[in-house]
Amino acid sequence: MKVLVPVKRVIDYNVKVRVKADGSGVDLANVKMSMNPFDEIAVEEAIRLKEKGAVEEIVVVSIGVKQAQETLRTALAMGADRAILVVAADDVHQDIEPLAVAKILAKIVEEEQPGLVIAGKQAIDNDMNATGQMLSALLGWGQATFASEVEIAGDAAKVTREVDGGLQTISVKLPAIITADLRLNEPRYASLPNIMKAKKKPLDEKTAADYGVDVSPRLEVVKTAEPAGRSAGIKVGSVDELVAKLKDAGVV
Amino acid sequence: MAVLLIAEVNGADLALDATAKAVSAAKALGDVTVLVAGSGIGGAADAAAKIAGVSKVLSADDAAYAHGLAEPLADLVVSLAGGYSHIVAPSTASAKNALPRIAALLDVMVISDVTGVVDADTFERPIYAGNAIQTVKSKDATKVLTVRTASFEAAGEGGSASVEAAAAAGDKGLSAWVEDKVAASDRPELTSAKIVVSGGRGVGSEESFGIIAALADKLGAAVGASRAAVDSGFAPNDWQVGQTGKVVAPELYIACGISGAIQHLAGMKDSKIIVAINKDEEAPIFQVADFGLVADLFDAVPELTSKL
Ligand SMILES: Cc1cc2nc3c(=O)[nH]c(=O)nc-3n(C[C@H](O)[C@H](O)[C@H](O)COP(=O)(O)OP(=O)(O)OC[C@H]3O[C@@H](n4cnc5c(N)ncnc54)[C@H](O)[C@@H]3O)c2cc1C
Repeated sequence: MKVLVPVKRVIDYNVKVRVKADGSGVDLANVKMSMNPFDEIAVEEAIRLKEKGAVEEIVVVSIGVKQAQETLRTALAMGADRAILVVAADDVHQDIEPLAVAKILAKIVEEEQPGLVIAGKQAIDNDMNATGQMLSALLGWGQATFASEVEIAGDAAKVTREVDGGLQTISVKLPAIITADLRLNEPRYASLPNIMKAKKKPLDEKTAADYGVDVSPRLEVVKTAEPAGRSAGIKVGSVDELVAKLKDAGVV
Repeated sequence: MAVLLIAEVNGADLALDATAKAVSAAKALGDVTVLVAGSGIGGAADAAAKIAGVSKVLSADDAAYAHGLAEPLADLVVSLAGGYSHIVAPSTASAKNALPRIAALLDVMVISDVTGVVDADTFERPIYAGNAIQTVKSKDATKVLTVRTASFEAAGEGGSASVEAAAAAGDKGLSAWVEDKVAASDRPELTSAKIVVSGGRGVGSEESFGIIAALADKLGAAVGASRAAVDSGFAPNDWQVGQTGKVVAPELYIACGISGAIQHLAGMKDSKIIVAINKDEEAPIFQVADFGLVADLFDAVPELTSKL
C-alpha cells in the first residue's frame, strides 16, 4: 500500500507570534519555520506502518511557498520515499485555505492512488482543523480524525480517536483519511546520514495551475489584531492569603 | 436569513450547555432551526425545543447517527442544507469532525472556532494558539461555522419550538463504530464548569493527581490537565486544556504545577480569575495569574483544600 502524507510549513511552535502593527497579519519575515508538529506525527506514523510491513511507499506533499521544499526534505530525512511540492503562493504571508489544499490533494490522490492518507489534525498557524475532513469529503472516502492509535487490519483501519468524553474506536474502510492527534506517537529526529540521503530522494515540483485548482481565498481577512491582553496580578505569600483573596473576589 | 444549528448530542442526551451557547451565537444570524441527530433522541429533541430563541427542531432519529460518525451525519446535513444561509455547531470534537466535511461537500470554506459574530458574513476567530484574532469575511453562499462555546453565554430556557421528524439520509458504511471508552464522572463537565482545577507535569504521577482531584471535589470543580500531564499518563486525554485540547473560561481556574506554555494559555486565558501555584517564581503562568503562589504544590494544594 502507498501512503500519502501532506505536510505544512508553519511558524515554529516555540516562536512568539507578533501581530503586525498595521493589522494586516502576523509577522513571518525572518522567523524560524518548521514542519507543523501534527504533520511530523503523521509522517512518523506512516514510517512506523512501513517498518511493520503494512506500507510500501510514503509520498509526502506540501502546498504553499517554494521554501516548503525544506519541510519536504525534513520528511524525506525522517524516512519518506518521495516528495511533491506544489507551489501555490509567492509570499510566505499568503496562507492557502484548507478547501483549496484539499482540492489539490484530491487531484494528487487521483494520480497517485494511495491506499491511505495520513494528515495532521490541525495546522498550528491557522488552527482550522479542516484539511483532512475536507479531502475525505471530496474523495467520498471515510475519515478517522484525531487518531491516537492506528491499526491496519486487512481492507480497514481500526482507529482510536480522542474525543470530548474520552476515546472512541472506529473501523474505517480503506482507502481512507486519518488525521493525527498529539498522542499517536513521538516523532523521530532525522539523523545526519539520513539528512544527507534525503537530498538525493526525488522531489517533483508542480504548481496549483498544473492541477487546475483555483486557490483564491473564500475568506477575506479583514484584519488581524492582538488578543485582549491580560496583565499579571499579585503574588500572595501564603495559602491563607490566597483563601482571603478568593473569598473577597467572591469565587469560593 | 436562516440558520441550521447542529445540536451536540452525547449518547441519546442533548449536551444542553454547548448547544445553548451555540444558539446564542446563531440567534444574531437569523431564524434558528436545531437539528438533533442520533438514535433514541426524542427527549433530546424536546430539550432543544425549550432553548430560548429556537424556532424549530428537526429530529433525525436513526441508528446511522447513534455514534456521531462524520460521513452519515454530513450527508444528512447536506440533504437538509438548502434554504439555510448558515450551518452552525458548537466547537466540540464531533462538530470539528463533521463540519469541515459538510463545508467541502457544499464547496464552501469552514470557519472554525468563531469567538465573535460581527455580521452575517464576518466573524472573529483566534489563530496561532490565540496569539492573534483574525476577522474574516466569507464570500461563500452558505457559511459553515463552529463556535467556541467559551465565548458565548448559554441561551436560557423558555422556548417552545415545534419538533418535526427529519428523514434519514442513509449510511454508505464508510466507517463503523467499534467502542467508546468514556469514564463516568460525577464532576461537572470541563467546558461548562464554573471552577476548573488543573494539574501539570509538576504533579508528577497519576496517584498524585488525587490531590488535584481532592481540591476540585471540595470546590465542586472540574479537573483539567496540561498536555505534559496527559502525555505522561497522569491524566486522561479528555482533561487536556489548550490550543489542541479544550478551551475553558470558568469563573476560577487554578493551575497547579503548570508552567504556562502558550499552547496551554490558549485554552484558559479567558478565565475570569486565574490562580497559579508553582514552585518556580519565574514560571510564565504567573504573567497571566491574578493570584500567584510560589510554593510546592504538594504542600500548598492540600492546605488549600483543607482551608476552603
Ligand atoms: C502542537 C502542540 C500542541 C500543544 N497543545 C497543548 C495543549 O493543548 N495544552 C497544553 O497544556 N500543552 C500543549 N502543548 C504543550 C506545551 O507546549 C507545553 O509543553 C505543556 O503545556 C507543558 O506542560 P506543563 O506546564 O505541565 O509542563 P512543564 O512545562 O514541564 O511545567 C511544569 C511546571 O511544574 C512546576 N513544578 C514542578 N514541580 C512542582 C511542585 N512540586 N510544586 C509546584 N510546581 C512544580 C515547574 O516549576 C514547572 O513550571 C502543545 C505543544 C505542541 C507542540
